[in-house]
Amino acid sequence: MGRYVLGRLGQAVLVLWAAWTVSFVILYALPGDAVEVRLGAAASDITPEQIAALQADYGLDQPWFTQYLTQLGHALTGDLGRSFENGQSVTSLLLENLPATAALAGLALILAVVFGGGLAVLANGVRFRWLSRALLNLPALGVAVPGFWVGLMLLQLFSFRIELFPAIGNDGFSSLVLPAITLAIPTSAVIAQILAKSLHSSLGEPWSDTARAKGAGSVRVLFRHALRNAALPTLTITGLLVGQLLSGAVVAETVFSRTGLGRLTATSVSAQDTPVVQGLVLFGALVFVLTNLAVDLLYPLLDRRTLQRSTRRVARPAPVEVS
Amino acid sequence: MTIEVPLLEAATNTQEPTDRRPNGPVTPTRSPRPSRRAGLGEWLGGVVRRPGLVLSVVWLVIVVLAALIPTLLTSVDPLRAVPRQKLLEPSWAHLFGTDQLGRDLFARVVHGAALSLGSALLAVLVGIVVGSLLGLVAGFVRGVFDEVLMRIVDVLLAIPALLLSLALVTALGFGTVKVAIAVGITSVAACARVMRSEVLRVRESAYIEAARAGGARWSRILFRHVLPNAAGPVLVLATLEFGTAILAVSALSFLGYGAVPPAPEWGSLVAQGRDFLSTAWWLTTMPGLTIAITVLAAGRLSRALGGQDGVRR
Repeated sequence: MGRYVLGRLGQAVLVLWAAWTVSFVILYALPGDAVEVRLGAAASDITPEQIAALQADYGLDQPWFTQYLTQLGHALTGDLGRSFENGQSVTSLLLENLPATAALAGLALILAVVFGGGLAVLANGVRFRWLSRALLNLPALGVAVPGFWVGLMLLQLFSFRIELFPAIGNDGFSSLVLPAITLAIPTSAVIAQILAKSLHSSLGEPWSDTARAKGAGSVRVLFRHALRNAALPTLTITGLLVGQLLSGAVVAETVFSRTGLGRLTATSVSAQDTPVVQGLVLFGALVFVLTNLAVDLLYPLLDRRTLQRSTRRVARPAPVEVS
Repeated sequence: MTIEVPLLEAATNTQEPTDRRPNGPVTPTRSPRPSRRAGLGEWLGGVVRRPGLVLSVVWLVIVVLAALIPTLLTSVDPLRAVPRQKLLEPSWAHLFGTDQLGRDLFARVVHGAALSLGSALLAVLVGIVVGSLLGLVAGFVRGVFDEVLMRIVDVLLAIPALLLSLALVTALGFGTVKVAIAVGITSVAACARVMRSEVLRVRESAYIEAARAGGARWSRILFRHVLPNAAGPVLVLATLEFGTAILAVSALSFLGYGAVPPAPEWGSLVAQGRDFLSTAWWLTTMPGLTIAITVLAAGRLSRALGGQDGVRR
């Protein structure tokens, strides 16, 4: 177990380094030089000397590999550089905006698991075939609707028609509900799809028949036997989806005018504030890596067989990309 | 990572017997596939039994027509403002209502199809072409190139898609084409993966061995024998990516990185309607509904092409 944990940790660190490098390459080496655009277009009354001084201050006058190494060294100590926009440290900007987004994403994840799980259980539990079919078609709808549009529709209905929730802002729990639902819809759709499918195949397994033959009611078979086994692949997918919540937060926070990491992303991209965008990409990868690590470490606890089968590597399904 | 595509497996299976015949031709000849033609009646029957699929195809045809010849669906100029008719509710005269400048929203949505679908198409093309080429070479050459490429793919998949395209937009700058390229690059990783796994499956086939034994050059084997037989799942993935690309492009336009205001584009139409949310519901509802139905239809079509459960990635 110890070796397994160490191995997974090593992998996680490697992925983070690679993600950081990819974002560096994208933001600093691509032809459209955001750095010069940003500094050059700032104002016409800046003299070339001042621009040069500013570039030297940010280390932009160095060759790219020197920049890469210095920045990597700084990143290892937790210093992700300074914003071009106001010179604030990127790390402190991220930490400042983290709580609002974490609350939003946390609630969205809970809602997604409840909605998605409920839908999957219901679709497999109902006796009427037509109802089950109808329920199983809902997730396809959930992944097809644009997030920003869902947000605006909810806003229209629940903030303007029936004034149930505040339209904008970060004011308490009631302002969290609508953006969290917006964020939860695509996530819950994917969870419902995966769970419904594995529940369906679990119910067809011989051990389900055995349980039924022993006199277990259909509810007991569904919850005690099938759900426990079907939950594992769903856990993997949910781990992959947590990283996507950050993507969704960009749109949700913009629609509901909330502050947070998503809003920070939108404003820094608009301002072409490269260091902040790079920090956010790294943070996205960090969330992805950490949740997958957590899922991988939880797996052997939930299913002892994975540990017995191979102590080095847990077999996981191929990554599913969800947008 | 396996992809189940019944159609493609049937297609490769029809070729294999010709290779195995002891005195048969060494290079596989393109044999007609009678099995498919005989199934035409059956296929039509299947279509009638699936009304959702038919509706999806009809909708997609209309949307593509709107993108190619918008004047076929509306004769109204999408940029002509009639101040007297501003913020009118949907009616027979204005199917989707009018906006704050008195422009016909239906005409704007119809004319916006070209920009929205065009960007999505460009994004898919970038993803498919670059991804397929990388996957093709990686699967065929193997070795260090394959290893390095697949590790990069793993990393790209670890960065949330929208964040990655936002980073690309930051570097490339704003505009419809740049947004499309940024969205396309995010799908390179998935395409490369699918293509590589298909190539790995195909390269062990008897007809590849036969082609090699027949003295064909590697480039000929790659493009004449491997590519056509490995392309199926990638094309199914492309239809799936098309829906995703429409969503991603419209999200980036909504955030304000895509189309420049007077030009109609679905995502930016929704964004412009945002200021009139409490008074003019149709300004956000109609373009958004168009996006949702188009993505839903594309998804339905891709599920039909990819077999019962579609492509699993």
